[in-house]
Amino acid sequence: MLSDVLQDLLDEGLPLLGEHLVLVLSAILIAAAIAIPLGVGVTAHPRARSLALGIANIGQTIPSLALFGFLIPIPFIGGIGAHTAIVALVIYALLPILRNTVTGILGVDPAVRDSALAMGMTRGQILRMVELPMAAPTIISGLRIATVTTIGTATIAAAIGAGGLGVFIFRGIASVDKWQILAGAVPAALMALGADALLGWLEKRCSVR
Amino acid sequence: MPVVEFRHATFRIGDRTILEDLSLSIEEGETLVLLGRSGSGKTTALRLINGMIAPSSGEVLVDGKATAAWDLVRLRRAIGYVIQESGLFPHFTIARNVGLVPELEKWPADKIKGRIEELLQRVGLPAADFGSRLPRQLSGGQRQRVGVARALAADPKILLFDEPFGALDPVTRFDLQREFLRLRAELAKTSVFVTHDVQEAMKLATTIALLSGGHLAFAGTPDEFRASQHPEARAFLEVLEHA
Repeated sequence: MLSDVLQDLLDEGLPLLGEHLVLVLSAILIAAAIAIPLGVGVTAHPRARSLALGIANIGQTIPSLALFGFLIPIPFIGGIGAHTAIVALVIYALLPILRNTVTGILGVDPAVRDSALAMGMTRGQILRMVELPMAAPTIISGLRIATVTTIGTATIAAAIGAGGLGVFIFRGIASVDKWQILAGAVPAALMALGADALLGWLEKRCSVR
Repeated sequence: MPVVEFRHATFRIGDRTILEDLSLSIEEGETLVLLGRSGSGKTTALRLINGMIAPSSGEVLVDGKATAAWDLVRLRRAIGYVIQESGLFPHFTIARNVGLVPELEKWPADKIKGRIEELLQRVGLPAADFGSRLPRQLSGGQRQRVGVARALAADPKILLFDEPFGALDPVTRFDLQREFLRLRAELAKTSVFVTHDVQEAMKLATTIALLSGGHLAFAGTPDEFRASQHPEARAFLEVLEHA
């Protein structure tokens, strides 16, 4: 009896867990691919820097359920399903990654940058060999914050038909079934803890100072 | 032909003149010490040489060619640069820091390795003991030695020193000054050395150029400096007498 219930849960839960992972990984990879180069690009220009951070900040302030709703009617990026959810999650993940990229690169000791220039390094070499490696722990810390929050926010994606562990949670709320809610919430929490530990380890490995 | 020549070099930021109409030549093998108080323009003069800044008017020639005509990356790789607190990369090992310019110049790996070992040996920090450490694991004096080794790596003709020993304790400073003289005797490089320490200037210079408020107040040998009647020179000499 109980094992049947568990079997049903697993049969339904594993695909949902998989969907959740795909949502989170796609969103973080896309957000990183946008925010890290953007952060590198705007760091040296205070005006562009505050503009980019300002826009990312606004994205973050929109309540998540509302953002999912706003995106549905927009052509191409909107509609029902996972891709709309990923767009929303990317918008949320941009700010921590962007902010930490900027902070990390601004935090490089000017004397080190100066001596790199005086050694005859090109702009590209300074970025690749000095600024990015020295900023790496801060950037990874941004990825870590973004990943952990995205895992949580992605549960709301079920509201627009994107699947994931939120399916259990919404169904549990609708049927006032705390076990269903837990079936979604506990794996999501464990996933967040796991991501936090993994990226925390990576962050530590990259810091030399 | 002088190795470095300032021709009426002036440097301004906005309407503030940091260095005015400096004309000065540095011959091969010479150690020119730029002496002056804080804000006298001595570091500005130094940074004009490797093109870290460009003169507002006049020109600076290196090997007979104006810095404006040099490819700045090539110019800087041909000039060794040592700064206060050494400017070592904190995330690079000592060996990689020393081998940086050869790495940028794409030397073969075994040649870089040999060069690193030779240079670390030369500054008294054998690669076997120090090569794989990080800069923060060394004392200030040791880091400064690494900074010198790094500047020498690609065998540049010219070495620039920007108050390299300023942050060190007097005993370590004395040690490194002696080391500087020994290396100079061995390597015969042309050096330009910035300091506000008149004792250091007298000890290391073949020529002293005294800057005051952006102007060249005196240029000559340490002996000539001792006899100078220029008020700024007298002010520095007084420090020396009371030391």
